[in-house]
This record gives sequence, C-alpha cells and structure tokens, in this order.
Amino acid sequence: MAYLEINHVVRKFGGLVAVNDITVGTEQGEIFGLIGPNGSGKTTLFNAINHYYPANSGEIIFKGKPITKKSTHEICKLGIGRTFQVVKPLRRMTVLENVMTGAFLRINDARKARDKALEVLDFCELMYRKDMLGKDLPIADKKRMEIARSLAGEPELMLLDEAAAGLNPKEIDAVMAIVKKIRDSGITCFVVEHVMKFIMGISDRMMCINFGSEIARGTPKEIASHPEVIKAYLGEEYAKGAAG
Amino acid sequence: MAEIKIMAKKSWFLPAILGIVVVAIPPFLGGYIQHLLILMMMWITMATAWNLLGGYTGCVSFGHCVFFGLGAYGGGLLLLHWGISPWWGMIAGPILAVIIGIPIGLICFRLRGPYFALALLALGEAFRIVFTNWVSVLGGACGVVSSRTWGVEKLPYYYIALAIAALSVYVVYRLMHSKYGYYFVSIREDQDAAEALGIPTTRYKMYALIPSAFFTGLAGAVWMNYIAYIDPEVVFNLSGISIMMILAVMVGGAGTLWGPILGGAIFVLLNEGIRAAVGPISYLIFMVIACLLIMFLPDGIIGDWAKIKRAFRRKKPAYVGGE
Repeated sequence: MAYLEINHVVRKFGGLVAVNDITVGTEQGEIFGLIGPNGSGKTTLFNAINHYYPANSGEIIFKGKPITKKSTHEICKLGIGRTFQVVKPLRRMTVLENVMTGAFLRINDARKARDKALEVLDFCELMYRKDMLGKDLPIADKKRMEIARSLAGEPELMLLDEAAAGLNPKEIDAVMAIVKKIRDSGITCFVVEHVMKFIMGISDRMMCINFGSEIARGTPKEIASHPEVIKAYLGEEYAKGAAG
Repeated sequence: MAEIKIMAKKSWFLPAILGIVVVAIPPFLGGYIQHLLILMMMWITMATAWNLLGGYTGCVSFGHCVFFGLGAYGGGLLLLHWGISPWWGMIAGPILAVIIGIPIGLICFRLRGPYFALALLALGEAFRIVFTNWVSVLGGACGVVSSRTWGVEKLPYYYIALAIAALSVYVVYRLMHSKYGYYFVSIREDQDAAEALGIPTTRYKMYALIPSAFFTGLAGAVWMNYIAYIDPEVVFNLSGISIMMILAVMVGGAGTLWGPILGGAIFVLLNEGIRAAVGPISYLIFMVIACLLIMFLPDGIIGDWAKIKRAFRRKKPAYVGGE
C-alpha cells in the first residue's frame, strides 16, 4: 500500500474537468515528480489533496487513513505540509515570525517555537533574512520561506508546488539541494514543477498529466523520452521524431 | 508584530512612568478632568478590545456596539427586573456579551472582509432596534436609570476604569506574545496560508472574538455604573460607539499594542476635552484629524512612527501612500 494514495480523483470547475480520474501513489521517503503543461491540473490535484478545492469524487488516503473529507488545517496537522505556487507570505510578519507560525503546529511554547524556527531557517539557508518582512523578500527567498514555514510544522509528506519556478539557475540548484536534504531527513516529497532541470534532477519517480489525465509514468529518463510527453509539450511533429 | 518589538526595545521605562502618573496624579485633579480620564480609560479598553479582533486578527467589525450595549444592559436588566445593584453588571454584562458573541462569531466568521464588516454593521443596528422597541423585557427607548453608588465622587470610578483598561492591555499583550498572537496575525495576513499551515482559522477568530467581546462588554458595564443611565440610542449607537471605536484604533495604529491606548486617549481629548471650549465642533475636529491621519499615516501614529520620525528629521513630508 502506498504512503499517499490518490484513487480516481476527479475535480471539476463548472464544465471544465481539471483533474480527470487520477490514480497515483507515492512511496514513503521518495521524491515523486508531477509534470504537465500549463493548465493540465497539477495544482488542482494538490488543492484536492489538501482540501483547498475538495475532490468531486474519488478518494485520498494518507498512511492508511482516508483524508478526503478532512479540512485543510486537519490535513496539515496529520502531517501533510504544502507550499503555494503563487507564494503566500505572511506579508507584515518577519521571516522568523512566518516560520514560527508554522512551528506552532506542534509546539505551543513561543520560545521553543522560536528555537525550532531558527533551526529550520538554518536548514533552509535563510538565516540571513530572518528579520526581514515577508513582503520585502525577493521571490527566491519567498519560495524558500514557504518551504521553511511548512517544514517547521514537522510534516511527513510535503507538497511542493513549483518551488523553482521563476528562479535563476543558481537559485534552482540551491532549492534542489534543499529538497534533497528534506528527502534525506525522511520526509516524502510530492513535487510539481515546470523547470525540467529541477524535476528531472531530483525525482525518484515521475508522472506526467495533460488535460487532467495521466499520460505517462516512470523514471525521469523514461518520462523524458516518452512520446506522449513530448507530444504534450512540443507537439505531434516532435513526438514522431522521437518515436522514429 | 514588528511594531511590538520596536516598543519592547524601550523596555519598561515608558510604561512604568506612565503607570505611576495615571495612578498617582488623578486625586489632585478637578472633577471634570477626572471625568475625562474615566472616559479615556473606558475608550482605551474598548479600542484595545476592538484592536484584538479588527487590528490583529483582521476581522474588521462595524458592530462592536453590540458588545458594548450588552455589557451595559447586563447590569441594566438586572436592575430593571429584579432591582439588583448594577455593580453585578460588571460580571453579568461582559458574560452576556460573550454568550451573545459566540453565535454571532460562529455565523459571521463564515464571511470574509467587507462582508463580515457589513454583517456586523447590520447586527448592531438590529440590536439597537430590538432594544428600542421591546419595552416589556428590555425597557424600550426609555432605557434604564440607576443611581451612582458614590454620588459625585469620581475617583473610585476612575480606578476601576483604570484597572480594567490595564487588564485589557495586559491580556492583549500576553495573547500577542503567545501562539495565539502569531495565529491571529497570520489569519489577518493570509487566511488561506494560515489554513495550509494547520491553523483552524474559524476557531482562532473565536479566540480573538471572546476577549474582545468581554472587554468591550466590561467597558459597557463601567459606563452603566458611571453614567447611571443607559438607553439603546446611546449604547447601541453605530456612529457614536461602533465607528468611533474603529477610528480611535485607526488614529493610534491598528495592530499595535500602544495604538489603541494613544487613539482612545486622543479621541476622548478631542471629542470631550475641547467640547467645553469650542462646542459641538469638537466632533468635527476629531473627524478631520482622523481623515488626515488615515490619508497620511494609514497605519496610525504608532504604526507609522518610523515615518513620523523620518519626516521630522528630514524636515520634509514623509513618504505618503504606504502599502
């Protein structure tokens, strides 16, 4: 049985089927990559997992327990942390306060939460920004702060939604190193990403979706050469070339 | 929350001086000044209470007169029906405000932003109308008349109001330096992010509402005992209570500890303090000052303190507009 099981999940927005019958599972301790062209339903799948936009049908099971009906904050408390594609910093709180807010999920005492937050900031190499306000951070650090904030709540599974989008190559390398470090510390990572260098480099297994449906699954290498994937990203012509 | 830290750096020097002044000086002041100080303490309590929900948690309430009125009527109804001393209202009033506040919160916290504000505005008006017209149970438009326990002596009322104001500030201070404070501010800054961080946002809004309703109700109970007369048109007044609480906080600085203290004091000084000298225009003066402050210092005097200092240092206008 998989660690996080997603069984036949469907999410519709009016007539648009954003996620169409996706079934996938992640194993404990791996980095699972999810790719797909713009609008293919990656973020919607994340939103279904943490009940931000609940699934219309299907079932989501985490560590053997169904979480489909649980609310967003309960799911977080169960150990599923997430970051947002469109970053949501707590704007008028400092970086340290942002991360402390995450740490309060498991720690009630303010001083201990502060220690935990400092530890996580150190882990994410964000210590030098700790007294800056959330709104004043550059985008790369906002994304890293989202990771730190979620990590402070000691999740067992992290949903990382485009942690590398919009970053320069050097910043991407840094985030890659952090995500690998997170995996090595025993936290399962479910990663949505557009930056191929990033996701191909870190994923243990991958899935590609398009128009809400799965089109390929396998190792990064298999995905990269899969004709359906190439068709989805580059068009029919290139897919033929790859197959032939 | 950054603001709290700025104030904290000055340690206990300023609060200690202020504490000595407000405790030691009033016995030597005239009756009218004492009257002003009592009102000031009442408004500081109310502004601090409003600030907890509106300033820190971001649920801007236009209906806090509900809690003020219920606080006042808690004692008033005991007197009206059973002839019990309105001093029991100091317990009954705030508890009544909390009991009524809980279902209000459970229903209205489903709404966000302007919708929440409008729902509470309507609720405040609804309470005013019900209390005006339900004569048999609530006394109707005539209100409730009691008598002052200590006659013309104002000092006991002052110390009670001072103790309540100090308690409200202390409670808010402690809350804001704990997990609750961080959760309140994170709900204000981004409710969706707060949910995703595992914060049950509706429950924490209730945790902000309950002390807020309690202290607003307590201020209402002080009013009942001090003024010794309440009627629905006064205690459930939209512009006189609900809006003034917001303006007092805005002037001082929403989401800061010292903002409501300063704002409440300035409000009473301008509204009541200069009324004797200039007449009803005092109201207008406060409004004009509030407008100017909101335009140029949108975070209030305390919230934009850095901006004010910068303006004076450079001898030219501060950066206007802000966030």
